[in-house]
Amino acid sequence: MANNVIYASYDSEHTLMAGAKALVSKGIHVDDVFSPFPIHGLDPVIGVSRTRLAICAFIYAMTGVALAVTGMWFFMIYDWPMNIGGKPSMSLIQNFPAFVPVTFEFAVLCAAHGMAITYFLRNWTLPGVKAKNPYPRTTDDRFVMEINPSHNHVSADEIKSAIADTKPVEVEERHK
Amino acid sequence: MDFVFSKRAKMVSIILMAVGLIGSIVGSLMGGGHDHGHVHMADRVWSNLLINGFFFFGISLAGLFFLALQYAAEVAWSVMVKRVFEAIISYLPIGGTVIILVLAAGQFHMHHIYHWMDPNVYDVTSPDYDELIANKYAYLNPVFFWARTLIFIGVWYAFARWFRKKSLEQDLVGGTSIHYSSVKRAAIFLVVFGFTSSVMAWDWLMSIDTHWFSTMYGWFVFSGMWVGAMITGTLIVLYLKSKGLLPNFNQSHLHDMGKWVFAISMLWTYLWFCQFMLIWYANIPEEVTYYVERIKHYPLLFFGITFINFFFPFFILMSRDAKRNIIFLLPVALIIFIGHWLDVYLLVTPGVMHDAGAHIGLLEISMFLGFLGLFVFTVFTQLAKAPLEVKNHPFLEESVHHHI
Repeated sequence: MANNVIYASYDSEHTLMAGAKALVSKGIHVDDVFSPFPIHGLDPVIGVSRTRLAICAFIYAMTGVALAVTGMWFFMIYDWPMNIGGKPSMSLIQNFPAFVPVTFEFAVLCAAHGMAITYFLRNWTLPGVKAKNPYPRTTDDRFVMEINPSHNHVSADEIKSAIADTKPVEVEERHK
Repeated sequence: MDFVFSKRAKMVSIILMAVGLIGSIVGSLMGGGHDHGHVHMADRVWSNLLINGFFFFGISLAGLFFLALQYAAEVAWSVMVKRVFEAIISYLPIGGTVIILVLAAGQFHMHHIYHWMDPNVYDVTSPDYDELIANKYAYLNPVFFWARTLIFIGVWYAFARWFRKKSLEQDLVGGTSIHYSSVKRAAIFLVVFGFTSSVMAWDWLMSIDTHWFSTMYGWFVFSGMWVGAMITGTLIVLYLKSKGLLPNFNQSHLHDMGKWVFAISMLWTYLWFCQFMLIWYANIPEEVTYYVERIKHYPLLFFGITFINFFFPFFILMSRDAKRNIIFLLPVALIIFIGHWLDVYLLVTPGVMHDAGAHIGLLEISMFLGFLGLFVFTVFTQLAKAPLEVKNHPFLEESVHHHI
């Protein structure tokens, strides 16, 4: 029984939302929710903390800025000074307007790729990875809540009776 | 929960106007000390009138643009701040009058802000003959110029009045027909505005540096006006919130206002830099003089405003929490409000004062405060005339429940 997981299926996001609120108010921890689309306002209800992807994006963008400026300084000023359009060579600061577009683009490139890769790694949705979705119908018209009794102080039977009050379409206990 | 223009706020704005008027008069009488031989005090006074006239007129006009944008895109969240922008646009006729006054004074040669208004530059026999300006006569002649100016101001004012009238009517009547006709009218306005705003910037501001031209100028001026409108809207909303008004205006609405301030600051920086970099890179004498003038004689302001208007909003307002927090939003809004006034200062002054450099003294500061007082007085008077929250708007319910 220790490794069993309870899945409660609902037929709309509203019943799932109401169900999640009811369960959480009884002190039951909802581990995850699978749904065809993002459910507005669900995250704070089931205690999912806010994403830190934005902080990652900022760090990636700053890395991009640093790389671009260092790179252009090395290629165009230090290693092989270039004279383009009669602009003062041998100086990064006096040539800086010409380097801004590249710096900007490189910052965007690094932020975008960094965010995408971070997202895939964090979700473990890389190419070839097996889908973790327990109910294929959650990609269509089902909304499923995953509750692991071992993460709760309440017994599996009490959880199931609490779920029964929230108008689920189906409740199932599976071995994980 | 209607807004009442409190006695204290009324007093403050009247004091600002009085201080502004007295300070401007004193400043223009005693400010002659650092005049270079060829710079007349009259030019400095009139150019200040143009700077302040345009700055606040621009806020009001961009407010009208924003209002029309919200209609045309059928935006729901902004219904909560609709009355604030309707109040901002009430300054349009006053700002327009100030600009007409400055232009008329130039036409009657009371100042020399607009070099091309001097008939001698078109006269081949005159020693002041200027072939470059003479070639622009087809566009820069008094009749066509005044037709454009008066028609533009008239058309904008007509749209502003219509939107306000219909908005008040909808409060009483309800239904959706007024909303749909507003959407249509707003779409027409956006097309008109897209054209007229650029031409207005060439006429009133770019023609100060008559020999110089830039195709990006119109957008650049417009983006500056737009940031001004978004800051002003945010500041008024924060003031109203501090009075306990607008109970349905929540953190998500504030977040959206912060997003606009942030986003349009980026647009402004983008256009500033695009215009600068292309001219800097090409280095064509007739174009680059504009920046040479500014970098040589106004270096601190020129680089300073770019720093203020870009780095402050960029680094401070970047995160979601900062946009929702008055502690961050209020100082940034106040600082870049001044920053964008300085931006308008730099659009006008170098073409008038040339190598005399920037003088931000008693005259400049008091005239700014005077116009600020006038603006606040006008906007708050209008704000007090109608309920702060619209009634019967089809998107009102959605706006009340706005959550992001």
